[in-house]
Amino acid sequence: MNFWKYSSPQTFYPLAGKMIPVFAVLAFIFGIGGLYVGFFVAPTDFQQGESYRIIFIHVPAAWMSMFTYLVMAFWAGIGLIFNTRLSSMMARALAPTGALMTFLALWTGALWGKPTWGTWWVWDARLTSELILLFLYIGYMSLAAAIDDVRRADKASAVLALVGVVNVPIIYYSVKWWNTLHQGASVSLTRAPSMAESMLLGMLLMALAFWMYTIAVSLMRVRAIIMERERASAWVQELP
Amino acid sequence: MQWGSVSEFLAMGGYGLYVWGSYVVTAVALGVEVYLVRSRARTSIAAASPRATGRARR
Repeated sequence: MNFWKYSSPQTFYPLAGKMIPVFAVLAFIFGIGGLYVGFFVAPTDFQQGESYRIIFIHVPAAWMSMFTYLVMAFWAGIGLIFNTRLSSMMARALAPTGALMTFLALWTGALWGKPTWGTWWVWDARLTSELILLFLYIGYMSLAAAIDDVRRADKASAVLALVGVVNVPIIYYSVKWWNTLHQGASVSLTRAPSMAESMLLGMLLMALAFWMYTIAVSLMRVRAIIMERERASAWVQELP
Repeated sequence: MQWGSVSEFLAMGGYGLYVWGSYVVTAVALGVEVYLVRSRARTSIAAASPRATGRARR
């Protein structure tokens, strides 16, 4: 099978249409499973009581906020270098969902911080760099929307997206590099997770749910963008 | 399972406001996003349909 043929909007549009229900169903299944494990299987935390259950959306949203940014910058960069239409559309489609994930990470973080630290917000390295990520998403979307010529908007916003990539490792390592109020990673690639197995399972299921959700919604949005940009082309007119 | 009753579940050990404040806002935000994306997709298809462009040409 030749995957390259799906790199044009014309061939990708129907493929995306077929993939959306698959990812939507997966998001739903993982979400139900994750909520069940999170609320009915995972035990009460011995230090934080029930407030820790915010983790089941806080950590997945925070992971997706960073991961989505990297994917968005990747597609924006590919669009900038190779001038491929679909890549830039993918980057644009990912931005609003990435911004939403960032907002949710900050929002749930504030609601978790109040009972745990006694404050909604502190200007700590982790929180501040995540806030900067939200501003990067908003800046990317504003810049792209502010330029009338679509291809120029894609290019200018791609440069902004690529420069902003430097912020992602800063967020990730902020809890190691600086003394922060935010706790260190409970799950990392280099050592065993420091949490109960059922808590970890609930968190991973919710992370998968958020991941599948992001893919499904971004595919829906990229289809809308394809339709908006290609409405005058022959293949759109021949669609059933 | 650690919940004796529904009210105990809703109270979340005294952290109900924080836990449900997180979950409800997340659910509403995702719901609104899906709604907005769907309406954007519908609008884009309607604008691109041959009949719509036909009207525009006339």
